[in-house]
Amino acid sequence: MATVLEADHVKKYFPTGASKWLLRPTDQVLAVDDVSFKLEAGTTLGVVGESGCGKSTLGRVLAMLLKPTDGSVRLNGVDLATLNERDLNQVRRDIQFVFQDPYACLNPRHSIGESIATPMKVQKTHDKQGRRQRVQELMELVGLNPEHFNRFPHEFSGGQRQRVGIARALALNPKIIVADEPVSALDVSIQSQILNLLEGLQNDFGLSYVFIAHDLAVVRHIADEVAVMYLGKFVEYGDATSIYKTPRHPYTKALMSAAPVADPKIGRERKRIMLTGDVPSPVNPPSGCRFRTRCWKATDQCAEVEPQLVEVVPGHRVACHYPES
Amino acid sequence: MIYFVIRRLLFAVVLLFVVSFFTYVLFTALPTNPAALTCGKNCTPEVIARNEVRLGYDQPIHVQYGRFLKGIFAGRTYGPEGASVHCPAPALGYSFEYHECVTDLITRTFPVTLSVAIGAFVLWMGIGVGLGTLAALRRGRWQDRFATTFSVVGISLPTFFFALLAILVIVIWGGLLDFPQYTGFTENPIKWFSGLLLPWATLAILSASTYVRLTRNGILEVMNEEFVRLGLAKGVKRRTLIIKYVMRAAMVPIVTIAGLDFAALLGGAVITESVFNLPGMGKLSIRAVTDSDLPVLVATTLVAAVLIVVANAVVDILYGFLDPRVREKV
Amino acid sequence: MSTPLISIRDLHVSFHTQDGVVKAVDGVSFDVMPGETLGIVGESGSGKSVTANAIMRLNFGTQVDVSGEIIMNGKNLLEVDDDELRTLRGRQMAMVFQDPLTALNPFYTVGNQIAEAYLIHHPKATKSEVREIVLNAMVKVGIPEPTKRMDSYPHEFSGGMRQRIVIAIALVNNPQLLIADEPTTALDVTVQAQILELIGTLQEEYGSAVMLITHDLGVIAETADRVMVMYAGHAVELANVDELFETPTHPYTVGLLGSVHSLDDSSRGALQTISGTPPSLINLPTGCAFHPRCRFELGENSLCRTEAPQLHAVGKSRSACHLPESQLLQIGAKGGV
Ligand SMILES: Nc1ncnc2c1ncn2[C@@H]1O[C@H](COP(=O)(O)OP(=O)(O)O)[C@@H](O)[C@H]1O
Ligand SMILES: Nc1ncnc2c1ncn2[C@@H]1O[C@H](COP(=O)(O)OP(=O)(O)O)[C@@H](O)[C@H]1O
Ligand code: SF4
Ligand SMILES: [Mg+2]
Ligand SMILES: [Mg+2]
Repeated sequence: MATVLEADHVKKYFPTGASKWLLRPTDQVLAVDDVSFKLEAGTTLGVVGESGCGKSTLGRVLAMLLKPTDGSVRLNGVDLATLNERDLNQVRRDIQFVFQDPYACLNPRHSIGESIATPMKVQKTHDKQGRRQRVQELMELVGLNPEHFNRFPHEFSGGQRQRVGIARALALNPKIIVADEPVSALDVSIQSQILNLLEGLQNDFGLSYVFIAHDLAVVRHIADEVAVMYLGKFVEYGDATSIYKTPRHPYTKALMSAAPVADPKIGRERKRIMLTGDVPSPVNPPSGCRFRTRCWKATDQCAEVEPQLVEVVPGHRVACHYPES
Repeated sequence: MIYFVIRRLLFAVVLLFVVSFFTYVLFTALPTNPAALTCGKNCTPEVIARNEVRLGYDQPIHVQYGRFLKGIFAGRTYGPEGASVHCPAPALGYSFEYHECVTDLITRTFPVTLSVAIGAFVLWMGIGVGLGTLAALRRGRWQDRFATTFSVVGISLPTFFFALLAILVIVIWGGLLDFPQYTGFTENPIKWFSGLLLPWATLAILSASTYVRLTRNGILEVMNEEFVRLGLAKGVKRRTLIIKYVMRAAMVPIVTIAGLDFAALLGGAVITESVFNLPGMGKLSIRAVTDSDLPVLVATTLVAAVLIVVANAVVDILYGFLDPRVREKV
Repeated sequence: MSTPLISIRDLHVSFHTQDGVVKAVDGVSFDVMPGETLGIVGESGSGKSVTANAIMRLNFGTQVDVSGEIIMNGKNLLEVDDDELRTLRGRQMAMVFQDPLTALNPFYTVGNQIAEAYLIHHPKATKSEVREIVLNAMVKVGIPEPTKRMDSYPHEFSGGMRQRIVIAIALVNNPQLLIADEPTTALDVTVQAQILELIGTLQEEYGSAVMLITHDLGVIAETADRVMVMYAGHAVELANVDELFETPTHPYTVGLLGSVHSLDDSSRGALQTISGTPPSLINLPTGCAFHPRCRFELGENSLCRTEAPQLHAVGKSRSACHLPESQLLQIGAKGGV
């Protein structure tokens, strides 16, 4: 299989806070801190973790909406940092972004037809007639009534607006779609509709997805590989089946254990790992292993030595000094 | 917070220098020759040229500005030798139109402007916030409609129109009040009050209209906040709820805007003072414009600018004290 | 069977909006028993929050009509006057809201806000008593270093900690009924687990009844004793929690359970869905509000399209569906988890 997208030691830091005297801030949010992975054509990488762990920031860096502070992103083997503005624009077509709340990024005064056509207009890929035709084609594809192209966003439900967002992302025939919590704001019955749609599109067009979510069960359905993020780092990364069957990082285990199960009998019987406290600040992450402040297995070593992401079984990496077996 | 206060004040000081410099430069670059004002009718080109040198208007602008600044801190002597005048610090210039130190002119006119501003401010905050609150609490009823009408009408009426109308109706037809006239507060408080009532009302109507809307919308917005619902769910009394929850939150932005508006008013209510013939700073600066009285113009503009800069700093700091969320962040 | 703590009968709530009358709650009846947890589940817009707010009478404004009965301790809450209502709010029934980030007054310290909740109903309490109560409440909900933290402002706490403070406020007067409207929806799963456990522990300790509103069937399964399923302003099913998940007796519940994703379900194939979207509450479909999306609907001119089904006994549960009992039980047995 061919690698379509590759992240190599990607970092994204944001300056934050005001210094005491000068206007220049002194602190940095380590939003994404040294992340590497490879995405194969036609597969899905699911990225999970609690809020504030850097998932969206990673997604934006991958979709070229943000420049990485350090490290490189390679699209079809080409390092994006080496491209000039014109070539970048060209490759931008290949990677598209789907937002959590499509309402926030659809112009309320534009009909959804116009919104879907925007990328084609910006990239000048179709003439007016072509755009119109393509919009209707896309609407059909994502399960919207093509006759509704001149309706406005507020006339659609949340699920339908997400379909609009997906249609727009598909407009330029991308190879990769980065979807940031595309179903988190939707009701379960609608979530399933959107997930089915995404899977159908993947099969039909050989798309690759980076699928960001905080809900492990949603990712379970769509991902081939899973990355669990904690405070800007991948703490566990690898084959989805392997991770869901035998989570090896204590954080992954705790996340899975915390997710409520829609079955009262199982729910009553199982013993839950209860994490204490919240995610620490990404401005001053804990030394050594960043999870140690909430980890029930932490020792002195965890405070001193940062665990590296190492392959424990083929296709399954963990960054923990005491991985579960 | 303490760092923020110090930083903010330092910034204000720097800003003051910048603002004063530009004000000075801007007016000095005007095509009128300030030296021409020094000699009145017996001006000849030679006299003007001589006075130009004596007064320092021939110097490069940064030297002039330097002297001006020095005058503020140390006092300054103006005019040709023999007929020279000394203005003690803070000297903002010497007006050959009035034959007076500008500082004296300003200390004489400022109380008038201050009186106008304070009264108008009290009135407009009272009407604006009061009516706005009433409108919000009685949303959709006649009180609300009255307030909305008031604010639309108030905003669309030009100040001078309202002022003239007030004079016509109340003074000339009604004979209810004497023509507005300034009397010092310390001289006769009652006359001070009655003499300023119309100017206050004139200024207040306009601003109050804006504040009615601000207050009403602010309160309605806060009333939809979840914490207000939690207050209700706790069993908080309606009165307490409105004061402690709604007003407390709604007033923070309004207080800060009001601070800036008040400062702007202190710089001189030009139209109102002219229409009612009040010897305030606004009138002083208008006359300075028509007379091309540069020193006065520079000084009044500068005072107004200083007031705004100071008010901005005060409001920013105040904001930090009023809102714990801001306090923390800065 | 003991007497209900609170009985809701034929509750209707409608909002007059520019577009028309929104029938947010359209004839809902249910009881909450002392000490139990009643879960209310449904998609967004199904009227869960409006129902909760009606009980606390928080649907203020002139543009809303509320009718029906809400009986608590022999009184109809919809008829008591404002003064009496205030003595009930926060004392006999308390509420926890969805978004802990906006639920606390940003201008007062958390200690002050917990104290206020106590003082409203105990105006004669002395300062030191109140302080004691506040500290105690903060310890109970698991705020570390309460003596130090009571003087902090809400924004100095994380979302989870703020929700703990909202719970402390709700429970400081030991109310008989706690209404929690999506108390964990805005929180991360790990924090959600903490908060749900906290509510459970405190409920046991105080013996309060809890009305837990959520859209998450997982949360329902883990917390509720009984469940009411809402759809478009109607109660479509009322069942014990085990029954509901084992044999759902309404086509909507069946569809809802079917579309839940589960952690150990690795099937990559198409997920079950309920086709279509919830109806407009201004123009509700005739008959059963669910019929346009229902797979089992009886067709043209059938009861499904002409008559609104009422809750009635089906198996051990109560369901509002026109299908014969035997068919419903069969669908449920197949479609349930
Ligand atoms: N533009 C930004 N400026 C400063 N900090 C940011 C910015 N965007 C995100 N962050 C911070 O980076 C961290 C990671 O954020 P995000 O990527 O949104 O996490 P997630 O999507 O996992 O919730 C957070 O602490 C967030 O506050
Ligand atoms: N104040 C209001 N004015 C108009 N419509 C409202 C108002 N409050 C709620 N609604 C409508 O009532 C319906 C039910 O809302 P709600 O009870 O909040 O649903 P949920 O089940 O998600 O909690 C929604 O369609 C909502 O738009
Ligand atoms: S009454 Fe009819 S339409 Fe409604 S849920 Fe039952 S079968 Fe479906
Ligand atoms: Mg995010
Ligand atoms: Mg709700």
